[in-house]
Amino acid sequence: MEIYRAHILVCRGTGCTASGSEPVMEAFEKEIEKHGLSKEVKVLLTGCLGLCELGPNIIIYPEGTYYCRVKPEDVPEIVEEHLVKGRIVERLLYKERAVEERMRALTDINFYKRQKRVALRNCGLINPEIIEEYIANDGYRALAKVLTEMTPQQVIDEVTRSGLRGRGGGGFPTGRKWQFAKDAPGDIKYVVCNGDEGDPGAFMDRSILEGDPHTVLEAMAIAGYAIGAKEGYIYVRAEYPLAVKRLEIAIEQARERGLLGKNILGTGFEFDIFLRLGSGAFVCGEETALLASIEGRRGEPRPRPPFPAIEGLWGKPTLINNVETYANIPPIILNGADWFASIGTERSKGTKVFAIGGKINNTGLVEIPMGTTLREVIYEIGGGIPNGKQFKAVQTGGPSGGCIPASLLDMPIEYDTLTQAGSMMGSGGMIVMDEDTCMVDIAKFFLTFTQDESCGKCPPCRIGTKRMLEILERVTNGEGREGDIELLESLAKNIKASALCGLGQTAPNPVLSTLRYFRDEYEAHIREKKCPAGACKALITYEIIADKCKGCGLCVKVCPSAAITGERRQPHAIDREKCLKCNSCFERCPFGAIAKK
Amino acid sequence: MQPAIKRDAEFEEKLKKVDEMLKKYEGQKGVLLQVLQEAQRIVGYLPIEVQKKVAEALDVTLSEVYSTVTFYSFFNLKPRGKYQIRVCLGTACYVKGADKVLGRIEQELKIKVGDTTEDLKFSLDACRCVGACGLAPVVIINDDVYGRLTPDRVPEILKNYE
Repeated sequence: MEIYRAHILVCRGTGCTASGSEPVMEAFEKEIEKHGLSKEVKVLLTGCLGLCELGPNIIIYPEGTYYCRVKPEDVPEIVEEHLVKGRIVERLLYKERAVEERMRALTDINFYKRQKRVALRNCGLINPEIIEEYIANDGYRALAKVLTEMTPQQVIDEVTRSGLRGRGGGGFPTGRKWQFAKDAPGDIKYVVCNGDEGDPGAFMDRSILEGDPHTVLEAMAIAGYAIGAKEGYIYVRAEYPLAVKRLEIAIEQARERGLLGKNILGTGFEFDIFLRLGSGAFVCGEETALLASIEGRRGEPRPRPPFPAIEGLWGKPTLINNVETYANIPPIILNGADWFASIGTERSKGTKVFAIGGKINNTGLVEIPMGTTLREVIYEIGGGIPNGKQFKAVQTGGPSGGCIPASLLDMPIEYDTLTQAGSMMGSGGMIVMDEDTCMVDIAKFFLTFTQDESCGKCPPCRIGTKRMLEILERVTNGEGREGDIELLESLAKNIKASALCGLGQTAPNPVLSTLRYFRDEYEAHIREKKCPAGACKALITYEIIADKCKGCGLCVKVCPSAAITGERRQPHAIDREKCLKCNSCFERCPFGAIAKK
Repeated sequence: MQPAIKRDAEFEEKLKKVDEMLKKYEGQKGVLLQVLQEAQRIVGYLPIEVQKKVAEALDVTLSEVYSTVTFYSFFNLKPRGKYQIRVCLGTACYVKGADKVLGRIEQELKIKVGDTTEDLKFSLDACRCVGACGLAPVVIINDDVYGRLTPDRVPEILKNYE
């Protein structure tokens, strides 16, 4: 085996690739060749490091130096200084926002320091396209352990004792699900991985599939052994082409090495995994709809019971878990249930991966122990709200969740606390909103989403959400009526009680939670015909404050409809007839001379 | 506005490729979605001729094929532009102003979401979260991803595809 004195890890997740990490990687390879360092320094691609906003991200080991926003033109300097002369390139280091100091190592950064990586343990550390790297990092050891040392029931007991709950949304105890599938009568059973990560703003499953695909394969094989299944299916959304590619590579490599297929590790155990791609339907994240889609049909949910554990894929007992849930299985088997249960809180064990985004300084993926408070996540890990704006709410649980206000920031994050607050854990999207976000508009945004994605099978979801959306549309258009709020509430209650599947039952949550905490904003829209956040187009007008306008003309340049006119160095004016309310001038003006009313 | 569907020699050639692909799946159960995905990859969209072929090869009714095609948003019944613009309207992108970016693209191309320009150059779609929330707001043109966008950067980006 070749020994290298340094390793350059280049993040090749979706975020960093979009920011241009591929040319950076090529530049490193070229530059290292040029300096004759090819036998000393190795360049590797790796999965998501989490701080996607600062991509392309790279880490140089053994020091663990973390460079962000690296461009190909920075590469010669990094090679020359860091790798040849041993001097760190200070200007490319991450800068902590609170302190004016550049941080050298990834592990020094607040964003990483507070994290505990279990499900993401290999993301950003190994090359996901090389199975040996996974194996070198304890990969497939858990599978070997269960096949040689444990009975299927012992495996399930271990998972049950760990307290692991489903990471895809509902939080159902994983061990119990496994037990149901094992106890269900039948010779043919299936293991399914739900990789139809549809919640907008959540991308942890994508990062795991891209950055550590083998962990999912290994966990599915363990599940197959535990419940007595020989076949597994991974259902991935079509929006994730990179995840599909990495999974294809991983399955191929695992088959070649006898870790999938017949007689795995010489134990006689047989298990294989097949990929199925979604085609763009949010409802397919619901388990019965997902099964229909794997079978090649319209992804419409059906009533439960019978639950998939009894009657699932092609009518056979089927175990369905989410990607992140599976990613927790190998560490639980290797380190034991007690280790896992020691992390987190009484009723929510282990860690949870959150995708923090929206109006926050550090957007990206974080994995934290359950019980961490929202404040710690948003201010300490996330670095607070940019541009000195005021925090208004954090949205969790996607279209099924709700908005949590500032007064609840000290709430520990657990399945049950989030539900009590009118939201839910969901798959772990966490979108931060500031004073410029209108809560009625956000409720409308989510309802537009669920209305669009409603499969149409049951009337409460198909018609009910449509009626709710119509009310929200007229409220945000300044045509709201007295009684609209009450009407929304009664519709919401009825839809929750009568919809067929999780999508419909939770669709009213964004409206109910914003009504609960931000009722005054609804009232302002309806009674005063005003949008306090200045977001609803129909309720605002743009004006130039003559005193502040320097007549620089920048707004004239960005205005797409030529609505702004004025002499140079003289205060300008906006023609309201022509104004499209696109907000471009507001964002562009360096003097704050544009007012929204 | 949708441009007329061309049925020229190139189209016939693609239909032949669909026939070949279908042979692999003939008689198999539960493969409709995969077959439709492959067919769309070959033809670019799923006109009624292609749906009929699929129905025949898999021995299912045309109505079943059509109902599946119209259920999933990835399938197109009409041809798409050479450059497919997809504006992410996930939550993170939305709170960071994706709707304003979308509005500017509509204005520049003079088409609405879901439409294709008459010269078949651009088609515009709003898409669901692509999971690049760190770069919000995000627009994808074919395979190129543009992040941290503002409406006034739209014209310069579109110029790359003239």
